[in-house]
Amino acid sequence: MRYLPLSDADRSDMLRVIGAASVDELFKDVPEEARLTGPIRDLPMHASELAVERHMSVLSRRNMVAGDVPFFLGCGAYRHHVPASVDHIIQRGEFLTSYTPYQPEIAQGTLQMMFEFQTQVARLFGCEVANASMYDGSTAMWEAISMAHRITRRNKTIISSGVHPHYVSVTRTMAKFTEDQLQTSLPELTSETDAERLIAGIDGETSSVVVQYPDILGRITDLTPIAEAAHAAGALLIAVVTEPVALGAIRSPGEMGADIVVGEGQSIGVGLQFGGPYVGLFACREKHVRQMPGRLAGETVDAEGKRGFVLTLSTREQHIRREKATSNICTSSVLCALAFTAHLTLLGEKGLRQLASLNHARACEAADRLAAIPGVSLVNDSFFNEFTLKLPVEARPAVHAMVEKGVLGGVSLGRLYPGADALGNGLVIAVTETVTDEDIAALETALREVVQ
Amino acid sequence: MTVNPSGWRPTTPANEQGEVQTVTGNRALMLEEPLIFEIDRGETTGVDFAEIPQRATRLGGLDRSRAIGLPGLSEPEAVRHYTRLSRQNYAIDLGLFPLGSCTMKHNPRLNEKVARLPGFADVHPLQPQETVQGALQVINELAFWLLDLTGMYGVAMSPKAGAHGELCGLLCIRAALEARGDKREVVLVPESAHGTNPATAAFAGYRVENIPATPAGRVDLEALKARLGPDVAAVMITNPNTCGLFEPEMKSISDAVHSSGAFVYCDGANFNAIVGKVRPGDLGIDAMHINLHKTFSTPHGGGGPGSGPVVLSEALAPYGPLPFVAKYPDGSFKIVEEETAGEEHPNAFGRMVAFHGQMGMFTRALAYILSHGADGLKQVAEDSVLNANYILRSLEDVLDAPFAKSGPCMHEAIFSDRGFEGGISTIDLAKALIDEGFHPMTMYFPLVVHGAMLVEPTETESKASLDQFIMAVRSIAERAKAGDQSLQAAPIYAPRRRLDETLAARKPVLTYKEPEPAQAAE
Repeated sequence: MRYLPLSDADRSDMLRVIGAASVDELFKDVPEEARLTGPIRDLPMHASELAVERHMSVLSRRNMVAGDVPFFLGCGAYRHHVPASVDHIIQRGEFLTSYTPYQPEIAQGTLQMMFEFQTQVARLFGCEVANASMYDGSTAMWEAISMAHRITRRNKTIISSGVHPHYVSVTRTMAKFTEDQLQTSLPELTSETDAERLIAGIDGETSSVVVQYPDILGRITDLTPIAEAAHAAGALLIAVVTEPVALGAIRSPGEMGADIVVGEGQSIGVGLQFGGPYVGLFACREKHVRQMPGRLAGETVDAEGKRGFVLTLSTREQHIRREKATSNICTSSVLCALAFTAHLTLLGEKGLRQLASLNHARACEAADRLAAIPGVSLVNDSFFNEFTLKLPVEARPAVHAMVEKGVLGGVSLGRLYPGADALGNGLVIAVTETVTDEDIAALETALREVVQ
Repeated sequence: MTVNPSGWRPTTPANEQGEVQTVTGNRALMLEEPLIFEIDRGETTGVDFAEIPQRATRLGGLDRSRAIGLPGLSEPEAVRHYTRLSRQNYAIDLGLFPLGSCTMKHNPRLNEKVARLPGFADVHPLQPQETVQGALQVINELAFWLLDLTGMYGVAMSPKAGAHGELCGLLCIRAALEARGDKREVVLVPESAHGTNPATAAFAGYRVENIPATPAGRVDLEALKARLGPDVAAVMITNPNTCGLFEPEMKSISDAVHSSGAFVYCDGANFNAIVGKVRPGDLGIDAMHINLHKTFSTPHGGGGPGSGPVVLSEALAPYGPLPFVAKYPDGSFKIVEEETAGEEHPNAFGRMVAFHGQMGMFTRALAYILSHGADGLKQVAEDSVLNANYILRSLEDVLDAPFAKSGPCMHEAIFSDRGFEGGISTIDLAKALIDEGFHPMTMYFPLVVHGAMLVEPTETESKASLDQFIMAVRSIAERAKAGDQSLQAAPIYAPRRRLDETLAARKPVLTYKEPEPAQAAE
């Protein structure tokens, strides 16, 4: 068995040292009736590397690979080119096979990387501090609402209709158990966001207002008036960013007054991976840091005065505070955070701005060409690399029909909002730097045919 | 036995008078590395782009005007930066990593390879379902084997890590209780439990009460039974427990909990000890998370990503979260989500994550299970228990092993600091182990053992590796018992000496700030 180093001779020697006649004796605390006597039902015996690889390859080929076809899906997960060096870096065994850095003297690599990541995320979001990652964007959003609840000691949250419906669903699930009150509604297929409704809904009971930026339909709203209205009522503004590459082109939420900014970091460094693992981003104001969930790396010095990094402010965390902790989170997504920070370091300010410009330019081009199809209209006035089309037909069957033509042509709002008839003709198209002219032409042709 | 077959010994101990200083601060292969912000020269990038068409923007007038402050490195600089940082980390690839309750076993590289197959890695979570049948089959196959290995009824695959799985399990319990109109408010947690257990119970809206341990390191069954009542929703048990012992009364604990109308949650962090040997379903457990990043070897990555599928009993399965993958009679797979939940899964408590869980961990875990097979997984449990008992019996004469007399341990051995002299504590032994080339064990946990040292070697260590570890611990333990003050200086040979954690917490510096221009000009 290739992963097990002990030989039978080792096992006998060790049993002799232990003073046990057999391995079964070591399991004597397990009641007889609870022990499995035979091998596990159905599971075959051990298999060679070749055999396992073959099986997994067969399964992998039963999927349509994004990179093999014209591909335009977004809505919370974006396909960007990731430099080859990023995957090399995260496969360094010293990163890949290390644990949470509880022994800082021999974990400076992870800790310094976390500190650099925190700084990059804070700057990208326009905030003072950031943590070392959450599970993903959706869970980070609930954690932000929960944090706002602790800070304001209020429990009413107003969620913009432009927030990803899965994120809202996660929040609704948790709120049911904590008795937080949520105000939510469905988006409308218009260029106007619901900023005015949000502002009108804020009152002295409001803990936080949650706005996605750019939103689920790709629209971009100035957060400043919402932040001002929230602050005037003693509430916090939470901004949710599902496509952080956008922040290379548009103002950061922190700059516009957001108090907590959370997001999905997948689009930088991580890849699609059918939805996970991803990396939740979480940033806030320094004065609120003790209410923040998750791991934090902090700078300090060692006994010789050399700079070093440690996990810090752990008194917020479950392993110290137990039931009084700010969150139950333990393992988060540090390796994905490494992919994020390595990719962002390769890009740098200049590269991120170029990447963002390229995405936006490609998206503008695609939007114009697709909106020229008879019966198809562009919903958005503003967008970054993702926009919504209103089709003359239901979008969901159109997406399936385009699959038949070998095109993965966007996400239908019918998939995201089943049963919401008013949204049924909406199709969300994401266009990143990976999309070629030929891809846009293929989508245009396919869409033209399926909407006829 | 030779520590070091080459016979090499350090001849110039660091930090003594007369030590040779280098001008760079580097010491041969031990290389100091600045922060990316300190390397940055502005305007550098490691990524080249095609020409960007110039067009008017349509960004709603919110075009970014201010600089972000992001440093950029060329590819050679970036690769060197992260490679140098990596070398300041200890890792399972380098040596024994005996962190108790963390199951730091070898991470097979085949699993990395299959997770990167484009058919898994380059697939979008919202692709039409007919285009992701293979991905859904992976989830379904893994779910099947997890149920088979645990003897449970249903499984929620979406939780992102162990603590997230705990939350999933408790929310199922809460939903099941609410469905019968039962408003119970208390969750009982043994005092030896992982911190995530009480934190999760509180996160799920419950009041937490502790259950004491017996002197033999088990849950105090009498105290538990006495506390059960109409207000208790669930009991969270870790089995094997955090003292490294199997709870032999598990079935009667479950029976007592059930007859009081409550549910049994099992923390499955220690499943490695019993995989293929004992099925939690046979012990009356209602919900248990499985850390794929422990028992099923997906790499821990310095703090995640993990994956925490939750297996459920028949009583709880109807309340499991959305989405999940279902197999249809024609052999196709389908994601059951909000749209059809009304017909197919009407009692779901809700949704825990945006998409379908940790696909990248599912592929790795499935490859691991298939590689080991039925015989291999059983051997995993047996070797992990054998290795732990070998350590227990090889150290119990030099370290206090509070539960050793009562019999064998499971996959981890626990020791206390009893007998250490001169103010030497567990942390000193741990830091001295670093100098000997090992990652320390879990320290000061569980709380029920004074100065606890929880050692989990896992099954992927050779006897030679264990022998070297045992020799190192024996030597340090003797020094600790003799009150050797030099232990407090350890580690000496690590990239850093002991770090000032108090300073870090008192004056938190959580992000880099560029030095003031005056200082920068120095």
